[in-house]
Amino acid sequence: MLNPDAAARLRAIVGERNFRDDKEALVAHSYDGTPMLQSLPDGVIYPASTEEVSAIMKVLSEYRIPLVTRGSGTNLCGGTVPALGGVVMVMHRMNRILEVDLENLTATVQPGIITAEFIAHVESLGLFYPPDPSSMRISTIGGNIAECSGGLRGLKYGTTKDYVIGLEAVLADGRILRTGGKLMKDVAGYDLTKLLVGSEGTLAIVTEATLKLIPPPKTKKTMLAMYKDIYGAARTVSSIIEGRIIPATLEILDNPTIRVVSDFAKLGLPEDMAAILIIEQDGDPEAVERDIARITEICMKERADRIEVAASREEAERLLTARRSAFTALARLRPTTILEDATVPRSKIADMVLRINEIARKHGVTIATFGHAGDGNLHPTATTDARDKEEIHRVELAFEEIFEAAIELGGTITGEHGVGVVKAPYLEWKVGEAGMAVMKGIKTAFDPHHLLNPGKVFAKETRKRVVLQHG
Amino acid sequence: MANSGAIRKPEIEHHNPLSRTLLQKLDYDQLTNCMRCGFCLPACPTFRETGVEPESPRGRIALMKAVADGLMEPDQAFQDQMNHCLGCRACEPVCPADVKYGQLIEQARDAIEDHAAHSAPVSGLRKLVFGGVFPHRSRLKWLGRSLRFYQKSGLRKIARATGILRVLPKHLQEMEGILPEATARGVVERLGTLYPAKDEPIARVALFRGCIMDVLFAETNEHTVKLLAEAGFEVVIPETQVCCGALHAHSGEMDTARKLARKNVEAFRAAGVDYIVSNAGGCGALLIEYDHVLKDDPSCREDARWFAERVIDVSRLIVEKGRVPVFAAEAQSGGEPCITYQDSCHLRNAMRSSDAPRTLMRQVAGVRFVEMKEADRCCGSAGIYNVTQPEMAGQLLEHKMEHADRTQARYLLTSNPGCLLQMKLGIEKHRPQEKMEAMHIVDFLYERLADSKQE
Repeated sequence: MLNPDAAARLRAIVGERNFRDDKEALVAHSYDGTPMLQSLPDGVIYPASTEEVSAIMKVLSEYRIPLVTRGSGTNLCGGTVPALGGVVMVMHRMNRILEVDLENLTATVQPGIITAEFIAHVESLGLFYPPDPSSMRISTIGGNIAECSGGLRGLKYGTTKDYVIGLEAVLADGRILRTGGKLMKDVAGYDLTKLLVGSEGTLAIVTEATLKLIPPPKTKKTMLAMYKDIYGAARTVSSIIEGRIIPATLEILDNPTIRVVSDFAKLGLPEDMAAILIIEQDGDPEAVERDIARITEICMKERADRIEVAASREEAERLLTARRSAFTALARLRPTTILEDATVPRSKIADMVLRINEIARKHGVTIATFGHAGDGNLHPTATTDARDKEEIHRVELAFEEIFEAAIELGGTITGEHGVGVVKAPYLEWKVGEAGMAVMKGIKTAFDPHHLLNPGKVFAKETRKRVVLQHG
Repeated sequence: MANSGAIRKPEIEHHNPLSRTLLQKLDYDQLTNCMRCGFCLPACPTFRETGVEPESPRGRIALMKAVADGLMEPDQAFQDQMNHCLGCRACEPVCPADVKYGQLIEQARDAIEDHAAHSAPVSGLRKLVFGGVFPHRSRLKWLGRSLRFYQKSGLRKIARATGILRVLPKHLQEMEGILPEATARGVVERLGTLYPAKDEPIARVALFRGCIMDVLFAETNEHTVKLLAEAGFEVVIPETQVCCGALHAHSGEMDTARKLARKNVEAFRAAGVDYIVSNAGGCGALLIEYDHVLKDDPSCREDARWFAERVIDVSRLIVEKGRVPVFAAEAQSGGEPCITYQDSCHLRNAMRSSDAPRTLMRQVAGVRFVEMKEADRCCGSAGIYNVTQPEMAGQLLEHKMEHADRTQARYLLTSNPGCLLQMKLGIEKHRPQEKMEAMHIVDFLYERLADSKQE
């Protein structure tokens, strides 16, 4: 229950309709895309402007009420679940594209704009905003900034952080902070823009963002290569990069994923394949042709069992079906789907996939892996049933070992989903004691009373590291 | 679901009787299958209009689960929210986990209806409409005759002139204005119960004539039969068939829906046909789910499956199995007129048929098919939604007519009587710049059959 005086003041700021504390609103903002995580807030607020956000924060900090900011709530690490109650701030009303600056090639937007709608608008002007998380049809730019979302084009074009060049954000005490600008160079002090990108709503509330746009590639071409030996697939990835080719997309499906996808999408994929690579290159037509020809050679040298190069856009779409339906096909197997994003240096992809398969076998759980091979970002996906407590426990143990394996191979516990609640107990494994101390210091400098998205990133207790037994 | 057989529902003793019924009637597996990814949100018309989570499929499922789990009471706001859903099921094709949302919302409404304390007039009206009229062919015909009398005798003119209609809410007055001419002469009275195929028959098919269809759109039924015959099908019209029960199922009257389903299964099974043809997406969507509707009835489970497997939309049957006739529009001054199409949500999202009508429309010589923006979005008709939720329905219709207007189409075609009435209402209310006419696709095609029609 919110303090009634605080609630009345919040209502006065946004109007009767835009502050709710009825049960329906509380239940409908108690979850996000993370399985098995639910916690009721005490209120839900829909601000319409930076000034309103600032006024809201002044009230909340006065009453020491926690705040969780969210867009569409598609987060996969519990980042937008109000773990400690408080107020959920939904940014959907702040959803305008304020400007597309054709002279500077930048766009200035409010955080609540849906990513796909923003991309469609930019493309209609003949420009390109590359970050393309799978949730982009519903996720918001604000959410993408908070989590530093990646996507299929990360390898060549980078992720959200590479396109955010300026921010307006409201601090926990209501002050308004401006960072960066329409600037391609700016070393005036610490880079607060980059610091806020990926800070998971724990440092400030983004209320406006200036994004970098680039000219779109002229054409693209898609191909697919199948391997009986997963190391062949992995070596292909390394050889392509070594050959100084950076494909726009370089995706991998492992054998358990191939089996499920083949069955679901009726693609007739050979089920004895250890891995499939889906490769796309974009750019000028001659360069694309040349790269695809060279990639084909590399695939053959690494003994791909079958190679298909799409002759038309329709054929390309067919080849992409395998990757696109991976999540859907897996999600239909069992009621609960847990999608993680352990990431390793791309030279370690094969080792990581095999380690995941081995860990799944050891714990008797189903985990299929697909993901962005080009940037080493894998999506080990467990299919299970939240109602089966014993099995869920085994899934948790398996993921713990997967995080450990990723770090051992020089990787990280999360490549693009964020830490949130789910991976908070493992963060110290990755960043160490010193890393944790610095991060906590930063957190306190921004938000001294820890009101912004509390319970995230920093766990009460770090999990004991598991000792892995190989062989 | 593999391996999940052992665990079904939480063992909770609810004090609230409605919570108990909801826990019992809701398919808890489906509630669990929703993984809250949010992919359904952009597809949902009520979410798009309001932008608030409870007005989305994910939100509504979370509310259902919260009640089943004892996290909240099924208060009035909860019940209103369940009724605020259009039931257009646009969330189903985009759901990665294949959650049967349409079934969940019907189960929720069914449970709510079990405990509903309607005011005496509402309760009486519900009983009269759902129990007294729709299930009974003879009473529907009586309704048709009365309505026709009202429309033709001058009574309508008097009613309009005296302003007596103003006792009705505004949206019902508007509806009264666009109702087509009713009739008591249904398709059987017009054509008999067997209509031969033109040339060698490809298959023997049965027409599902519907209840409202056969009173307000009997001509469309007649054209459907003749169009099917033209495409090479022998058509039977089982006389003992009744209303499909969709309006009942959507409104929480599951028992009546099941009764109607059983009668229909019996009637069509006896006819021994290869296909059961629907020309109304709203009916067809329930007909293909009769196997689910009657899954707990061992006496007709098998027959229900037989029935459900054979149900097909008229456009799809003609495109996929028939000899597609030649369609040609008469030349008009001022160039080729445009036609456009509003999907029937249930035809698109439940029967999963959206290509076939477009294929047919593109084959009509002398007209140009223009795709309307967001043709796949609900128009707000949604069964009787436009009667029960006029505000939201009105907003959706307004957007729809803006898109329709931009196509500059001369004809706006649909595949379902509810959508057709809503389109007529939209044209009446929003007055597009060009002259525009809403028609059922079957009527449009039938009138443009190039060959000699079978008379």
